[in-house]
Amino acid sequence: MDYEIVIGLEVHTELKTHSKIFCGCSTKFGSEQNTNVCPVCLGLPGVLPVINEKVVEFAIRVGVALNCKILPFSKFDRKNYYYPDLPKNFQTSQYDLPIAINGYLDIEVNGVAKRIGVTRVHMEEDAGKLVHSGATITSSDYALVDYNRTGVPLLEIVSEPDMSSPEEAKAYLEKIKAILEYLDVSDCKMEEGSLRCDANISLRPRGTKPLGTKAEIKNLNSFRSVQRGLEYEAARQEEVLEEGGRIIQETRTWDEGKGISLSMRNKEQLNDYRFLPEPDLVPIIVDPARVEAIRASLPELPDARKQRLMKEYGLSEYDAALITASKAMADYLDQGVQCHADAKTVANWLMGEVSKHLNNEGISIGACPVSPKQLAELIALIDKGTISNKIAKSVFEDMWTSRKDAEVIVKEKGLVQISDSSEIIGIVDAVIAANPQSVADFNAGKEKAIGFLVGQTMKQSKGRANPDMVNSLLRERMIIK
Amino acid sequence: MELFKHTAHQLHKRLVNKEISAVELTEAVLIRCEAVEEDVQAYITKTRDNAFVQAQAVDAKIAQGQAISVLAGIPGALKDNLCTKGVRTTCASQILAEFIPPYNATVVEKLITADAVFVGKTNMDEFAMGGSTENSGFFNTHNPWDLARVPGGSSGGSAAAVAAGQAIWALGSDTGGSIRQPAAYCGLVGMKPTYGRVSRYGLVAYASSLDQIGPITRDVTDCAHVLNIICGHDAKDSTSINTLVPDYTKSLVNQVKGLKIGLPREYFVAGMDPEVERAINKAIEQLVALGAEYKEISMPHTEYALSAYYMLAPAEASSNLARYDGVSFGRRVEGTDIIDMYKKTRSAYLGAEVKRRIMLGTYALSAGYHDEYYLKALKVRTLVKQDFDKAFENVDVIITPTAPTTAFKIGENANDPLAMYLQDVCTIPVNLAGVPAISIPCGFAGGMPIGLQIIAKPLGEETLIRAAYTFEQNNDYHKGFPTLGEVK
Amino acid sequence: MKITCKDVANVALLSRLEFSESELETFTGQMDAILQYAEVLNKVNVENVEPMAHVLPLKNVMRVDEAKPSLLRDLALFNAPEQEDGYFKVPKIMEG
Repeated sequence: MDYEIVIGLEVHTELKTHSKIFCGCSTKFGSEQNTNVCPVCLGLPGVLPVINEKVVEFAIRVGVALNCKILPFSKFDRKNYYYPDLPKNFQTSQYDLPIAINGYLDIEVNGVAKRIGVTRVHMEEDAGKLVHSGATITSSDYALVDYNRTGVPLLEIVSEPDMSSPEEAKAYLEKIKAILEYLDVSDCKMEEGSLRCDANISLRPRGTKPLGTKAEIKNLNSFRSVQRGLEYEAARQEEVLEEGGRIIQETRTWDEGKGISLSMRNKEQLNDYRFLPEPDLVPIIVDPARVEAIRASLPELPDARKQRLMKEYGLSEYDAALITASKAMADYLDQGVQCHADAKTVANWLMGEVSKHLNNEGISIGACPVSPKQLAELIALIDKGTISNKIAKSVFEDMWTSRKDAEVIVKEKGLVQISDSSEIIGIVDAVIAANPQSVADFNAGKEKAIGFLVGQTMKQSKGRANPDMVNSLLRERMIIK
Repeated sequence: MELFKHTAHQLHKRLVNKEISAVELTEAVLIRCEAVEEDVQAYITKTRDNAFVQAQAVDAKIAQGQAISVLAGIPGALKDNLCTKGVRTTCASQILAEFIPPYNATVVEKLITADAVFVGKTNMDEFAMGGSTENSGFFNTHNPWDLARVPGGSSGGSAAAVAAGQAIWALGSDTGGSIRQPAAYCGLVGMKPTYGRVSRYGLVAYASSLDQIGPITRDVTDCAHVLNIICGHDAKDSTSINTLVPDYTKSLVNQVKGLKIGLPREYFVAGMDPEVERAINKAIEQLVALGAEYKEISMPHTEYALSAYYMLAPAEASSNLARYDGVSFGRRVEGTDIIDMYKKTRSAYLGAEVKRRIMLGTYALSAGYHDEYYLKALKVRTLVKQDFDKAFENVDVIITPTAPTTAFKIGENANDPLAMYLQDVCTIPVNLAGVPAISIPCGFAGGMPIGLQIIAKPLGEETLIRAAYTFEQNNDYHKGFPTLGEVK
Repeated sequence: MKITCKDVANVALLSRLEFSESELETFTGQMDAILQYAEVLNKVNVENVEPMAHVLPLKNVMRVDEAKPSLLRDLALFNAPEQEDGYFKVPKIMEG
């Protein structure tokens, strides 16, 4: 049986506001346990919530960026369930009237563009953190609760089940992350929990409409996990179906270490959340004029920026897409161009040497020790002919570790390219004299033989000779000989 | 006349004229408090030492010739569901028996700013659920007019304290009648302001869309003074009204000419004590004689209000009380795992009525029943409110009995929750609609006080005060005092 | 019967309450009586009636995004039944 995969993603993002959603406690990450709490976020008897206006603003921004309809009337609701990381044993969220609905975003996988629907965007509060005394939940005798994170504002973004492969899911998640970064509403660090993803996946016979039974996968803590977890789950479900079994609607947790998903013991009674309108908060009315004002004030979003890079800088779609996937990377490119470097060259360096070094050290472009200005200066040295591309790569390495400017390094190490033909002729002649067989081979018609001679010349000049000049001068001098 | 029998406004004059000191007054009230507490049992926590510190500060201000508020130096009581920083706040529940809030309710802050003196925290039905204070997790409170009877509820302790002279004024809370009914049963003035007029920050929530804090006092003048202090917008309460608070004492005018009174026939229910009905009718006649006009009106959805309330309030309560789980505050019973702990803790320390309402509420909200019960109740609420809106197009105030009977005997309704609920039939619609209402004494039946309820449209407190004041000044009911402790 | 012992047991679970057999029976009887009384709500016509969750016409009540000082940790933990190292301590949490 040929099955097609149906995936929907639920993304939660922590908003980078100064204070929590319903109280004035700081949202700072990494504080000592229970030092960013107050009676309100602790849910003490008698306290009341007051909405942070920035949360609403960010929510509208995200809704607009995702092409949603912003509901003119939206409200908060209580989602009731018991868990120790939830002080009130209910979460204040939005149920039937969320702030934004019916949007979409565009992704591209293997050159194929696809539109993924966004069902809704809503605001809610985060829960606290649990620390278990043992290695896992089940092996712990007790748990410790830190409420710092309780009340941190979250946006939940729910997609339509429009994705058909783990690759598409990953692309969707990357696009969401990019958009959130461009809007500057979240740090989007999966490792810090400011971007989280749960997936719903089911299979159905290819070409049919009705959705199969879905499983929810949690604990997908990185982009890699999202793809691997979905690949695993799709395979698992196919195996079950092929053996004539039925998929159980359940929640499963992904174990990245073991590379498998495990069923979480059925929560009793499949959570009846008993939603009720939050009586302590009044509705949010959004004026259409405000929505338009926010739309007009949005920064350039990834897709638009990609188009601009292609048009203005002549970058290929592939290159432009890669660079604009990260706002910081795209900003770096723009800054490099502002320092008079050629866009395509900067782009190549970014996707080449820069990315290589970033990946090696596991850091992001924001932590790049070479600034756009410094890179532009390095490129200028190549353009001027002061150094060759090859030398430039080693200069870059040096810039990375020493933080020094390109010019300083070139001077210190005496790497200035030799472009004085008389100097090169001297070396060329010596090389020709020392390698009569290669010269003979070349003159007999073996083009490749020149490669060896070029290499020898470069070696003699300690790489500083202008390679193009070396090539043409060798040919000249060999003919003479 | 003993100091503890006076009103706040009378005592204020004496303080300002230096006839008495705040410390003297506080001493007198505290002595009285001890003398009758064994019989009345109004208090869960007494804050004696702090009361003297507060009183001394007031005396210092007076000595320096500083102006003081009307409540300055006047000992009052706070219902034990109002959070008081550093002072035990239990809501009369075993689960909060040792809970000490790290913050003050906004109304408490306002009273502190006004230099009021606090005698202590009063007994109540657990988490404000009840109409007799018999649901307290600690002990019963006794009506000072007849110790074998209930003081009403859920603000029974506050009412009993004021009636017995153990406090000059008190604050209560009202979700379905919990200020007005005990005020009626104890012969006092009790007001539930318009929803949103008084900040709920620091009031331990029972049913958030219905709860309001209000005064319980000896007379209408004191009520106006307390309102002046506690009313007003609070940035910490998203449901608090943001309009200017008038000076309610300006409405203390003996004048009802042209006041249009509406009498809804639906409030005169079967099972009403005929003496109560007689007293209400007599009161209306008197008001008419003083220049008011009355007409019979109909509020057709009244009969549904009680059922709607007993779906809505428990629904909100089931959510509001979920936090009492032994995790981060309150008492705990250890368990084998967290769910076991939740169950053991809540079952051991929450009382029967509280459990009943939590279960009712959970049921009303649960999948499959949500629309049938909860949603329908919300719609009935709209209809009840519309009844009031329509009525107020033609009348200025609505008058009804506060309760169908006078205070019943302790234990009488203990095994019949439904019978207990039926006592609230006159007060509940007011909370559903969010309108203001006041109860004032209007007679006696079998030696027990009868309460008259006056209801006005939203933000109509001034009309209520004028009507109530007029009735009060043309009678002597506010001058009565139970003979408690006299014989001793 | 509007509600059975089994229904009440389910509701008890959702409410994190536990009852003995006899308590369950008593509660079931009482809740049944109350729900029977609530039947009166079926007599009223609520067609085209909007539900009223808030009595006040308030809307858009918000506060400025400003961090304010938090509670001192000692105060936050003051009422904790059990604590360890600045954390609130609870019994183990079963999976799910």
